[in-house]
Amino acid sequence: MDGVVQLQRQLLDYTALLFQEGFLNDQFTQLQQLQDETNPDFVVEVVSLFFEDSERLLNELANTLDQQSIDFRKVDSHVHQLKGSSSSIGAQRVQNVCIAFRNFCDAQNTEGCLKCLQQVKNEYSLVKNKLETLFKLEQQILAAGGSIPM
Amino acid sequence: MAIEAQFHVLAVDDNLIDRKLIEKLLKTSSFQVTAVDSGSKALEFLGLQEEEQRNHHPQEMEVNLIITDYSMPGMTGYDLLRKIKESSSLKDIPVVIMSSENIPSRINRCLEEGAEDFFLKPVQLSDVSKLRPHLLRRKAEEEEEKPQRNIRKRKAIEESLTHMLMEDLNKFISIEDIFGELNYEFSHKRWKFGS
Repeated sequence: MDGVVQLQRQLLDYTALLFQEGFLNDQFTQLQQLQDETNPDFVVEVVSLFFEDSERLLNELANTLDQQSIDFRKVDSHVHQLKGSSSSIGAQRVQNVCIAFRNFCDAQNTEGCLKCLQQVKNEYSLVKNKLETLFKLEQQILAAGGSIPM
Repeated sequence: MAIEAQFHVLAVDDNLIDRKLIEKLLKTSSFQVTAVDSGSKALEFLGLQEEEQRNHHPQEMEVNLIITDYSMPGMTGYDLLRKIKESSSLKDIPVVIMSSENIPSRINRCLEEGAEDFFLKPVQLSDVSKLRPHLLRRKAEEEEEKPQRNIRKRKAIEESLTHMLMEDLNKFISIEDIFGELNYEFSHKRWKFGS
């Protein structure tokens, strides 16, 4: 049982760090609180949808910004979607880049948009990594017979 | 055993993650949920629901509340709201708007168009839990209205019946007069014959 306690401690510390570093915000906690026995994989399901959807949007963004004549309304529409989903799962840093991204769209600033695309890809990559680590820890705890501390 | 009122909510949002989230929030608050990804699909669903009611189908499809995102491609949440309020069969269904942007003029426009409430995204459980007491109150008001409506109906029927009866009664009275005279003549004759 000692192993389980250590893992639980690790999970709590890791989660706290993610919040401190601004990767996640309170909205993520809201998701965790919605999870219950009737839907024990809710958080993983929503986050997986977020991963799929974000990857699709990032590809679209890359394509749209790669055109000779950039359709900024289209770019803005994609960024709006990404901003919405990241906000809904509590991915704070991704959300913040999206806000800056939209401002560059409004200004029809190609360079600014391209910079933001790079930034948002980075932030997305980081938060994806961290969430996967978090879920792995949870799996380890469950496999060792423990429960997820809240 | 107290049966908890079942309310059916139609949720409209083009964002996949938000759709999943609002569905969960509503289910956690014990609502029945149908989630669609566009305003046109919402109208289709509501039109279908209208069809069912016309065919006197049971009320399983009845929608008690519509909750819709504001920014959607094609038909916005505002456009959907307007269409619903313009429809004689749908205008009484309460509509709640959700938006990720806190723009007072947008909020006012929606409320003026008849939206019940406006939720800022990401929507919280506390927002959704406000809905049930609101719907229960509406239901109670409708129930109170029923006897009043029944009384009015009865009065209208009574009035038209009275009118009909009075007409018939007048006809009856004039017949009676005629019979009365005939009776007198006959009894008079009998009396003559009897003697």
